[in-house]
Amino acid sequence: MGATDMLAYIIRRLLYAVPILIGVNLLTFALFFVVNTPDQMARVQLGDKHVTEEAVTEWKVQRGYDKPLVLNSEASGLDVVTDTIFYEKSLRLFAFDFGKSDAGRSIAADIEQRMWPSLAVALPTFIIGISVNIAFALFIVMFRASIFDTSAMILCVALMSISGVFYVIAGQFFFAREWNLVPISGYLPGADAWRFLVLPVVIGVISGIGGGTRLYRTLFLEEASKDYARTARAKGVSELTVLFRHIMPNGLIPILTSVVVVIPSLFMGSLLIESFFGIPGLGSYTLDAIQAQDFAIVRSMVFLGSVLYILGLLLTDISYTLVDPRVRLS
Amino acid sequence: MFNDIRLAFLWSDYLIFALVLALVAFVVSVVRNPLARARWSQVFRSRIGASSFLIIGFYVVIALLDSLHFQTRLEDTTGSGAEHYSPEVRSVLDVALAPMQGNDERTYSAPFAIYSFAKETEEMADGTIARVYPRLKHGGAHLENTSEHTADIVVKSLSVIGWWLIPCLVLISLHHVFVRNAASRLPWPVIYVTLTTIVLVCAWALEMSRYYHVLGTDKVGQDVLYQSLKAVRTGVLIGTLATLVTLPLAVLLGISAGYFRGWVDDVVQYIYTTLNSIPGILLIAASVLLIDVYIETHPEQFKLLSDRADFKFIALCFILGMTSWTGLCRLLRAETLKLSQLEYVQAAHAFGVSHWRVLMRHILPNTTHIILIALVLDFSGFVLAEAVLSYIGVGVDPSMKSWGNMINEARAELARDPVVWWSVTAAFILMFVLVLAANLFSDRVRDAFDPRMSGSGEQK
Repeated sequence: MGATDMLAYIIRRLLYAVPILIGVNLLTFALFFVVNTPDQMARVQLGDKHVTEEAVTEWKVQRGYDKPLVLNSEASGLDVVTDTIFYEKSLRLFAFDFGKSDAGRSIAADIEQRMWPSLAVALPTFIIGISVNIAFALFIVMFRASIFDTSAMILCVALMSISGVFYVIAGQFFFAREWNLVPISGYLPGADAWRFLVLPVVIGVISGIGGGTRLYRTLFLEEASKDYARTARAKGVSELTVLFRHIMPNGLIPILTSVVVVIPSLFMGSLLIESFFGIPGLGSYTLDAIQAQDFAIVRSMVFLGSVLYILGLLLTDISYTLVDPRVRLS
Repeated sequence: MFNDIRLAFLWSDYLIFALVLALVAFVVSVVRNPLARARWSQVFRSRIGASSFLIIGFYVVIALLDSLHFQTRLEDTTGSGAEHYSPEVRSVLDVALAPMQGNDERTYSAPFAIYSFAKETEEMADGTIARVYPRLKHGGAHLENTSEHTADIVVKSLSVIGWWLIPCLVLISLHHVFVRNAASRLPWPVIYVTLTTIVLVCAWALEMSRYYHVLGTDKVGQDVLYQSLKAVRTGVLIGTLATLVTLPLAVLLGISAGYFRGWVDDVVQYIYTTLNSIPGILLIAASVLLIDVYIETHPEQFKLLSDRADFKFIALCFILGMTSWTGLCRLLRAETLKLSQLEYVQAAHAFGVSHWRVLMRHILPNTTHIILIALVLDFSGFVLAEAVLSYIGVGVDPSMKSWGNMINEARAELARDPVVWWSVTAAFILMFVLVLAANLFSDRVRDAFDPRMSGSGEQK
């Protein structure tokens, strides 16, 4: 396959993404403006039970929610479509024009600034997490069908049965509060950041160990029972060599292609970890918006998240064609 | 005395009993079908399968007891003859846990404590004013001499365990000698141990609650054990209801996409890719915010606080279900694609069997293992999700007892000095045991129904 084939494929896949993004857009529009009208949002935002009509109108005018939803019958020409909430608030997202939050800040600038702390936590968590899980899975596969295997699997299920919140609470309590190894929460940009990043990354890795190790073990075991592994053993190749020369490289393929999908979404950060550790990333940004009922930010983050996920799907498909030439670009 | 009560069911109560009926119907159909019966008995013959099932059953019983709500009739003081009922809605579980519910303290107190957690100003016998830890109203109130505290706990624990262990042992040995059917091959020793443990823990906790707060009290002095038991209903219900919401959508869309293909497949794939591409937690949060807005703008529909919490709770279950059916749908689509290529399905087509019959007779029964495994896994996923959602502030109503709400308060409690650790520990233990049992049970179900996927490879 040539480079042009690849390019044509990527372009075609990007075009496929358009209807999905339109679907996301329509869904969020329906959720945020049709199911609940801007009037209701204004009343909730203003908080008071006896809100005056003027206050509601003023709130709506300030944020551009006073326009008609889909069609503006008072306007003329193209403005019939463009001078509406749907155009201003939803369609503009396609140009990554996020506009202003309900509190009046520029969402795009916030995202640009907060993306980096998110990435500083999510990227190390992702890389270390996968490496640790693969290492554990290989180690368990080495002792497969033994009492060690069985007990390790029960331990994995037990680790999976603990809510992520408990990992964070326990980690913060013991590492930061009782043993004073790292600060409890907070963030500093620059070289000092690592002190604040250690604990969130460690917690993120630990909370993923149970599920990850179990899944990867299954994938490795599937490879271990295939004919080529049996042939290698029959030839007299030692078990360790079979594991590391044959099973591991082949088992890594499904593992790596399955994790590609989350890579773009790493920018979004983790709601839970970021808010517990006070990291000023996109995760805590979203959470603050949810708690302050800032619908403009939530809407933008939903859209951004979808774009990144679709990007992840595209990367997954490309990675399949890269590792396995038999997969055709169609 | 039953004249004095009036049943006061919430909507979620009706749902939970409808679920029980559905479960009974399912069990009947399993018993009638020899193949399914063989598979299920394989699940229950494994030791882990049997004991995790009993533990899940125990949680379900607590949830059911807590769903029988009623109001008691008030004394007729006016003499008008009109019936008045207490505005307080109680459940059968509340009656069973009466010693825990009624005896509130003023604020935090540690498990088995006899002194309060916070100092209070008190007048001493000699007239001086001092800051002391006051005795609790309920915890250890029967102790004349505080030096007997530890001994009292030990003696009471041992005696209650002894009292209950004896009948348990007698029943077990009677069952072992007279009833035990060797052909059933159930792992009876494990069943005995699990049941005895459940009985002893219940008896001990109930008996000790008459004298102490077994798991301490929370900020407003309520018994933590009582709260965490009340939270069982929330956890079990959120898991089962949300799981059942996913079922019809996933089955209908997944199977028709795989069977009819063509434009149906395109539409279904489009729908689930679109839903999937929205970050799950954001979609849930957005939907819950909208429910909040709805409740706040329609106050006339929710007269009682419990109505409001119940509506929000059911809405949350629906939202969780509606946002998480895509995984099962995708699995079912793939399996149906595979199945509809098989010869017996092709043969059915050749004989002119209708689509409906092919789907019901040949496709759906062959996908039950996928559905079952997904259901049990989803259940534990939803129980865990509740904690995270409550923390984020989009979970169940704060007035409703739930493990998520208990954990939510733990942040402030753990920052205190000395640490208030009991609330979060109680929520952790109860949640961990339920989710672990569900996860282990789903493993056994998978082993029995789909040996290929069990991942044990050469072990079998």
